[in-house]
Order: sequence, then structure tokens, then C-alpha cells
Amino acid sequence: MKILERLLEGMFKMSSAITSIVILLIIIFLFKEGFGLFRSPVVEKGYGLYINSKNPVTDLNPTQIKQIFDGEIENWNEIGGKDESIYLLRFDEIFSIYSDEELGENYQFLPQKLNNIISENSNIIAFFPKKFMPEISSPTKEIANKNIGIPDFIYGKEWLPTTTPSPLFGIIPLVLGTLLVSFLAILIALPFGLGVAIYLSEIANNKVRGMIRPAIELLAGIPSVVYGFFGLVIIVPIVQKMGNISAGETAFTGSLILAIMALPTIISISEDALRNTPLALRESSYALGATQWQTIYKVVIPFASSGISAAIILGIGRAIGETMAVLMVTGNGAVIPHSIFESVRTIPATIAAELGEAPMGGTHYQALFLLGCVLFLFTLVLSIISEIISNKQTSKSA
Amino acid sequence: MMIEAKNINFYYGNFHALKGINIAIPANTVTALIGPSGCGKSTFLRLFNRMNDTIENAKLTGECLVNGQNIYDKTVQVDALRKNVGMVFQKPNPFPKSIYENVAYGLKVNGVSDKKYIAERVEQSLVAAALWDEVKDKLHQSAFALSGGQQQRLCIARALAISPSVLLMDEPASALDPISTSKIEELIHGLKEKYTIVIVTHNMQQAARVSDKTGFFMYGELIEYSDTKKMFLNPENIQTQNYITGRFG
Repeated sequence: MKILERLLEGMFKMSSAITSIVILLIIIFLFKEGFGLFRSPVVEKGYGLYINSKNPVTDLNPTQIKQIFDGEIENWNEIGGKDESIYLLRFDEIFSIYSDEELGENYQFLPQKLNNIISENSNIIAFFPKKFMPEISSPTKEIANKNIGIPDFIYGKEWLPTTTPSPLFGIIPLVLGTLLVSFLAILIALPFGLGVAIYLSEIANNKVRGMIRPAIELLAGIPSVVYGFFGLVIIVPIVQKMGNISAGETAFTGSLILAIMALPTIISISEDALRNTPLALRESSYALGATQWQTIYKVVIPFASSGISAAIILGIGRAIGETMAVLMVTGNGAVIPHSIFESVRTIPATIAAELGEAPMGGTHYQALFLLGCVLFLFTLVLSIISEIISNKQTSKSA
Repeated sequence: MMIEAKNINFYYGNFHALKGINIAIPANTVTALIGPSGCGKSTFLRLFNRMNDTIENAKLTGECLVNGQNIYDKTVQVDALRKNVGMVFQKPNPFPKSIYENVAYGLKVNGVSDKKYIAERVEQSLVAAALWDEVKDKLHQSAFALSGGQQQRLCIARALAISPSVLLMDEPASALDPISTSKIEELIHGLKEKYTIVIVTHNMQQAARVSDKTGFFMYGELIEYSDTKKMFLNPENIQTQNYITGRFG
């Protein structure tokens, strides 16, 4: 018997150790992959940006490169150069300037022709594979290809992970989308959730409670893709009609779905907090001539306030991490939202939607992992806060 | 008589908890209710501010009179009754509010909004509960910061603030240390000038120390009710004698 007990004890110890190690490994993997982004160059690997060596410009940030290639920046003086219009030369355009014969078999003359064009045009910026620029010498110079910086990620206002030559990994639109949808969801869910919790803990008799409580727990068990499907088929058209907008896939629609999904969390945790109010405290209130409602809002709710706050925070955590349903109903426009009736894209939806098409180990892939890290930090902070709050609650009732 | 019970029977479902209780408690006295656990003394106490109303499947027959009025009469408003009959519970249970707000609570829920009057009543009640000197500088701190004994006196002050004429105490000192207990007992002694006090206690010495009259409950019956001195020195009933001398319960 003794041996069996020791064996069991060892097994439990082992499994807890393994669990902790696996979790730790996942986190390490996440951060390792994610932070690879900051070791990747701004311009796509194997490519370079070349300009005339007389041009005083030496480096460009990702946003400037994107604006040059989108034609939003047309003059060098906008980015610290001389006052001359930018001549943009993309790789494929070389074939319309020179015939295949001129470039030679295997393009062996291409580097020379390139140098010619660059020396003739002081206002040029050329985007070429590095292999066609074996040596860089006057009159050509390469734009310094720095690594993607942390500020490019944190303060970047645009998420364009597949633009060439330099993709933009600005997290701000995604963070704002995530926060907007989550907080709006809580704003919608809170009055309902709290109302139901108060009804269940204070007003409903045991029979009613015995019916409603399992129904709410059932709500928590519905797969999120089903919620997303429901949202897509029912709520999206309603929002579209009511809001009189062209597409019903908006931040508001996402919040509605998330609100429904966060309800079970909010209801069950805040109901537990309300029910934890000692009977003696309620009785003391009644004994002083307070009515049931006075007792609820003056004694029970203040006593349960930290539990209710924990419920809110866990609800937000649930909403922030939710992927599938949000992906299906928010429209996924990765732009900074200006109203709740615009399409937004959340961090988890971005990861789910883009990971499949991001080449493994590439910058896009690393950026998605970094998004995962950000999401992890969000939920970590939220659970730490809720932990602190519920610790406060236990010390109060003790 | 301040409080009277006439042929009270009380049932929790099928359980006959109180059996034909008759008692008459004069004003400005302290009456102790003693008896073994589960004898019905707390149930009996709670009848007088109708705290048993919310219990499902409970049934009451007989008459409970406070100041000559049957408090279970349909014309009686429960909150008005509870303003007149205060209660202090077994465990100190301040509200999650400041000391000041705890005492002001009863006035506020009863519709008093005159801030000056509330402030006066808070001070008077805290003085009456012998707590004023200890808390006057920290009235707006959380009531949870007080010690257990202080919290219980705060609960007494809270009950006094709405100026009841009767104060029901359900084992008010059972969760306290001896020093805090003796403070509460002193307090009870002083309070009887203004209030009629009924106290349920497990502690025989406490009953002997604080009360003028004592009622002994057993199995839902009031076995004996008389002056405390007589009860403890010369009980009429053999069961009372056994209980008091510690041979039972």
C-alpha cells in the first residue's frame, strides 16, 4: 500500500512538473519566434533599394518606402533629399526598357544596365534582387537596410503585412480594434449580466434558479464558431438594416456576439460574489428597516463589488482572446476604427486569418507570433488584476 | 408590558420549534433567554422583529405584542416595526462602508436626509455604544479596520441610531474575547435605562451578570421564567436546576 501511495504521489508530481514545463516552453517558443521580427530587415529578404550616390538620402523607414511605392511621396524633398521628383523603377520594368538580347542570356548584362540607368537618373529609386547588384559602387548606392524596429511595430498605424518591398507591421489598428470590440462587448454585457446575476442570487426562488443557471452554463458550452455563424446569418443583416450601412460586419456586430459569449462568465462569477454576501449582513440591513432593494444596492452590491470587478475583467479577457466568432462578423478591415459601425480586425482574428498564408519563418510569420505575445501579455495583465481583486475579496470576508 | 407573547407556536415545516410560549417582559429591563442549542430561543427572539418572515414553510400561531400591538397584524408595516425593534447579531457584521456610514445607514434607508441630524445621531449613538472616543478621529475609515469587539459595539451603535425602544441581542458576545465581552456587558447594563433589552446567550454567567429576568428554554418550551436572582439561586424546575448547574446541556 505504501509503495502504491508513493507511486501515485510521484505520478502527480511528475504530471504537474510536465504541465508547468510545457506551458513555459510554449511561452518561450512564442516570444522567441515573435522577437525574430526585430532581427529581420525592413526590405524583403534578398532584395535591395538602390539610388544614385549623389542623392543625399541614406535611409528610409518602412512607412516612407511604402508611401514612395504607393505614389504618395513623389518628390525627394519630402524625405530629406533634393527638390526633384522621384523616379521609381521596379524590377519588372527593366524588361520594357531593355530587350532580352540587350540583357543577355541569364541576364548577365543586367547589373551593368542597372548601373547605367542609375547613373543617368539622379532621382531614381530602384527595387531589385540583390543578386543583380553584385557590387555596389559609384554611381550606385544602396539604401541602408536596417532591421524592423520596435517602434515600427508598436507605433505603426498600418498593418500591411504583404506589401512589397517593405511590409508594414503597425500594431495600433489591431490593438484598437481588439480593445474597441472587447470593451464595447463588456459595456453591452455588463448591465444584462449584472441584472441576471442579481435576479438569480437575490430574487429568484430555488426552482427558477435551478432552471436558469444550467441554461446559462449551457451558453458557455456552445462552440464559438456557432456563435459566429449565428452572428453572420442573423445579427449582421439586422445591423446592416438598422444602421443603414453598406456592410453589417462591424465592430458593433462583433461586440454583440462577444457580449453574448461573455455573459456566462459575468453572470456566474458575479452571482457567486453576490451569494457570498453573508446572510447576517443582509439580516442586519433588514433589521434596520431597509427594504430588499435598499439592501441589494446598499449592502449586497458593495460587498460583492470586488467579485463583480473580477467578473468584468475575466469577461474582458474572454472577449479579447475570442477568435472565431469575431473573425466571422467584424469584417476584418485592419484600419484604425473611427466609429463602431466600421469594420475592425482584432489581434486573434488577424493571427487566425493570416497564419495560413504566411511563409514559415518569414517576417509576416514572425509578426503574427509577436501579435500572439501581445495578446498573451494582455490576458496576463487582466488575470493578474482579477487575481489581486479576488484576493482582496477573500481577505474582506475573512 | 413592553413585550408580550401569547400562546406562541412556531413551525419550520413539520418541526414544531416553539410550543405554546407565554411571556411578558416589562419595559427598561434586561431579559436573558438561556437554554441548550436548538431549544428555540433564537427563533423566539427573531419573532419580535419579524426576521423569520422570509423563511419558507414557516408557520406561526399566537400573538406577539410589542407595546400592546400585535406585530403580525396586517396593518403593521415591517420596516416601521424594525425601526422600533432593533437587533444585534451574533457575529460582528459591519457593512462594507465607513464607520460613519454604518451608523447612518438605518437613518438613510428610513428616509432621513437632514445631514445635521444624521451627524448628531451618529455621534449620540457611538457615545451610547461606548465607541465614540475610540473612533471619533477615524469616522470615515472602513469599519473593517476595527477590532472584533469594536465592530460589535459599532453594530450596537448602528441599531441605536434609529432610536428603537426594544433591542434584541442574539448572543452578542459569543464571538468576542473576554475583555470585549465585559465591555459589551457594561454597555448592556447602561443601555437598559432607555431601552428594553432581550438577550439570547449561551453563557450562564453572562445571563446572571447582565439580566434582571431570565427565561429558560428547552425543546421549544419555556420551562421557567422569573427574576434572574431567583432563577440562579433557587430554580423552581428540576430541569432548570440541572441546566444551570451544568448537569445538562
